[in-house]
Amino acid sequence: MSTPLSAPLDIGFDYSRSLGPVLGRFATGLREHRIEGVRGSDGRVHVPPVEYDPVTAQPLTDFVPVGDKGVVVSWSWVAAPLEGQPLAHPFAWALIRLDGADTALLHAVDVGTPDAIHTGMRVRVRWAEETVGHIQDIACFVPIDTPATAARPGATGDPVGMMVAPVHLHYQHSASPEESRYLRALAEGRLIGQRCPACDKVYIPPRGACPTDGVPTAEEVELPDTGIVTTFCIVNVPFLGQRIKPPYVAAYILLDGADIAFLHLVLGCDVDRVRMGMRVRAAWKPRDEWWTSLENIDHFEPTGEPDAPFESFAHHL
Amino acid sequence: MRDVAVAGFAQAPNVRHTTGTTNGVEMLVPIFAEVLTRTGLSKKDIGFFCSGSSDYLAGRAFSFISAVDAIGAFPPIHESHVEMDAAWALYEAWLKIRTGEVDTALVYGFGKSSAGQLRRVLALQLDPYTVAPLWPDSIGIAGLQARLGLDAGLWTEKDLAEVAARSRADAARNPYAQVSGTVEVSELLTEPYVADPLRAHDIAPVSDGASVVILASADRAKDLVERPAVITGIEHRVDSPVLGARDLTRAPSAENAGKAAETHDVEVAELHAPFTHQELILRTALDLDHRVRINPSGGVLTGNPMFAAGLARIGEAATRIFTGEAHRVLAHATSGPALQQNLVAVLEG
Amino acid sequence: MAKKLAAVLGTGQTHHRAKRTDVSMPGLLREAIDRAMADAQVGWPDIDAVVLGKAPDLFEGVMMPELFLADALGATGKPLLRVHTAGSVGGSTALVATSLVQAGVHRRVLTVAFEKQSESNAMWALSIMPPFQMPVGAGAGGYFAPHVRSYIRRSGAPEHIGSMVAAKDRRNGALNPFAHLRQHDITVESVQASAMLWDPIRYDETCPSSDGACAMVIGDERAGEAVPGGAAWIHATAMRTEPTTFAGRDQVNPQAGRDAAAALWREAGITDPLSEVDAAEIYVPFSWFEPMWLENLGFTPEGEGWKVTEAGETALGGRLPVNPSGGVLSSNPIGASGMLRFSEAAKQVMGRAGDYQVDGARVALGHAYGGGSQYFAMWVVGSAKPGR
Repeated sequence: MSTPLSAPLDIGFDYSRSLGPVLGRFATGLREHRIEGVRGSDGRVHVPPVEYDPVTAQPLTDFVPVGDKGVVVSWSWVAAPLEGQPLAHPFAWALIRLDGADTALLHAVDVGTPDAIHTGMRVRVRWAEETVGHIQDIACFVPIDTPATAARPGATGDPVGMMVAPVHLHYQHSASPEESRYLRALAEGRLIGQRCPACDKVYIPPRGACPTDGVPTAEEVELPDTGIVTTFCIVNVPFLGQRIKPPYVAAYILLDGADIAFLHLVLGCDVDRVRMGMRVRAAWKPRDEWWTSLENIDHFEPTGEPDAPFESFAHHL
Repeated sequence: MRDVAVAGFAQAPNVRHTTGTTNGVEMLVPIFAEVLTRTGLSKKDIGFFCSGSSDYLAGRAFSFISAVDAIGAFPPIHESHVEMDAAWALYEAWLKIRTGEVDTALVYGFGKSSAGQLRRVLALQLDPYTVAPLWPDSIGIAGLQARLGLDAGLWTEKDLAEVAARSRADAARNPYAQVSGTVEVSELLTEPYVADPLRAHDIAPVSDGASVVILASADRAKDLVERPAVITGIEHRVDSPVLGARDLTRAPSAENAGKAAETHDVEVAELHAPFTHQELILRTALDLDHRVRINPSGGVLTGNPMFAAGLARIGEAATRIFTGEAHRVLAHATSGPALQQNLVAVLEG
Repeated sequence: MAKKLAAVLGTGQTHHRAKRTDVSMPGLLREAIDRAMADAQVGWPDIDAVVLGKAPDLFEGVMMPELFLADALGATGKPLLRVHTAGSVGGSTALVATSLVQAGVHRRVLTVAFEKQSESNAMWALSIMPPFQMPVGAGAGGYFAPHVRSYIRRSGAPEHIGSMVAAKDRRNGALNPFAHLRQHDITVESVQASAMLWDPIRYDETCPSSDGACAMVIGDERAGEAVPGGAAWIHATAMRTEPTTFAGRDQVNPQAGRDAAAALWREAGITDPLSEVDAAEIYVPFSWFEPMWLENLGFTPEGEGWKVTEAGETALGGRLPVNPSGGVLSSNPIGASGMLRFSEAAKQVMGRAGDYQVDGARVALGHAYGGGSQYFAMWVVGSAKPGR
């Protein structure tokens, strides 16, 4: 048996985070090259500040300015930095207790090699070229005796209320073995379903587990590219990530011989003419555009045959 | 309130990469069949289903929904889901049986870590304002924790390697383990660092896997397995998320959960420690001395299916009772960065 | 049955808005939590455990956010659980918290649910299309609109029913100081004049996208007895699940919902829900779901839910006021929406619903659903202890 199909799936969004009064004040300070902590119920100065006390859960508002120099409390080495990390060359993660703080801040230390860092080492902030009110305004930390580069002075302006947090992740999506057979058949212009050995229902796409019986669908059933619209809606609304221009009809198509409908498009007639029970046939894309996807069917269009009676598909709604 | 027992356990092989979907169906279907056969139960005998999994591990919203297909969830089932390791799903099921609402429960967890880059995905568990934007990876975080203990003289690199060597040797008897074999501590210590101070053997492998446990009221459990593993205590706690504000060489949440669960006199402990030094932290927190057999399964250092591994610790510990090897065992599960959240269960046969 | 009695001691919620950019996630949660704890007259030492619920982590871009929120939730050093059962999660989260008390494990449990949708875009998160798939999906509206069409066809309901529900819920929302949308002058005609988004669903017939949170304190019998003016006693709970799709699935009137309702009424000792329930907070994100769920819940025979709506019986002052708070159509912080339904039901029987109080409400329903109408969670709360 051939291996199941898989393909990359990238998920990316630049999240916009509102900061509220405490984190907003911290971010505003960073933009101005200042670091502020907050005093907790036990007297400890938390840097970065926390909104709620870890001991009493009470809101904290007693801000305390701290230094931009501090001591390495612990560190670990990053030999091959990952996407999004502060430095593109090898660096150390470190917990750094800034002068005047009682808790440690996690950040990167730029020291070149692991021999050049040790617990207890004094470090200072290297500010980013441009500061916007973000933890990345601290580009990294460097050994305290590193000659200062001429960083621009911090920026000023309205208090910072928002930050952007890009989250871009990369996955490998896999289709199930059953779905892969169906997708490979689609690449040949064929529609195959599978019958559940327990309930005898024909599923398209076939399933790794029949949803009612929990066993894989098995016996292959070739299905025609004709069927009916069971129900549908007309999509008039544009949205982020949409790949089809509205308006369009999103319809559940029940192929002749199948026991379950799937969502597809109905085109080839005015959207107002689409009806529940309407007979339709697949309109395939040109053969040279086919791949392992239901997208090979561009849409379904009316056959002009009489509609199926409601009773014949009522149990598929 | 009545007692609840573990009556069955099955797990998928821990492997680096499966070709299955992130819905876990391919891993779950066979182990559901296995555990039901072993306990003589069928789907309709199960009063409550509960699972643990993560959307971010799968890379899509609502990834757990398709997993119920593996049950065959029609007629409809009484079901719930936690976005946590399935050990906490077991806790929810334990509640349902205690109340008398149901008599049996099937608890499962699944994770296909190989779908994404696990150490980077886990950065999203950190504070989203001041920490996660730097993308600190889970191994780097663990390295900070390990060094604190090294610097404080709480453990040495040799101590860590000994944990790894013992785990791998034990895993040789576990057919589900991903990593196993006899290794010399001295050889392990010549290996290069992966994330100084951590070497490859200090870090749990990236695994795909799934596990399932059958829970039942203690009375019912007697019909399902010869020696049920009765849960005499199950407790969990969480610590502050601020890595720089707590003593990372300790796990107060594990310590307090352990005290509340009354872990004294256990013969065996299955600890969910994805890094070698974390086993040492947990042994201290749970007051486990040299008389307690640690991780006879090899533990998660030899196979770490995210969101299923904690539940598997409970299953492995219960298995020691099923087989008559032990009478009082401890199972532990963890969640979050640097042992932030911990669950402890004590089981008796 | 060995279940111990449990009761709602107090509730709290945020002001729901499209973008609560004035607060962080911890700040948003605490706004609801602090109100709930004040309402319940409890302090942090009184709280034994915390149960948090929310919908997909992709909405906020934080994996298992309960971990970073532990201090803000007052959970540090305590047990903390995180529930995720799709859109029903706010309800099922409350039910897990209830179980902790019913099982005799804890005396007082804080439960909270939230969504900060403005951190990203829910339509984006819900429409991420894996490889090989046909990109037909169009968010939740696109998913549910075909099933609404099926309902209309099956029941023969007249077209204006959906608009009636929308106008009623939005007017109710105008009575609720926390509601996102407060449209006291909305009319059936203005709803019908709004844009058709996912035909047959109009713009004004859809829920907004909200930032918000909801919290409750649930306690044991002794704690419930101490509530001034009376607690909301939990009479019955139910959860049911079925697969998203299967051959022959009834997507209009899902079996899981019917089964959950039947179990719920049985446990509550209710034989005629329409007569015995005084107020219902039902998860209605698209207006047509009011008549659909009235039938699914067994308030009316199949095909007749719309007649109760059309007769005005679901409005405040009617036989069964549905969503007197304004419901999901007025505020929709997804993960919290279910808990809002549960807590609004509790507020009714505690007599704390302010301008939308149903006179003399003694028994109320809280309901949530999620996924493709496949996850159901519900409870019945009463002003008296069960069986009295």
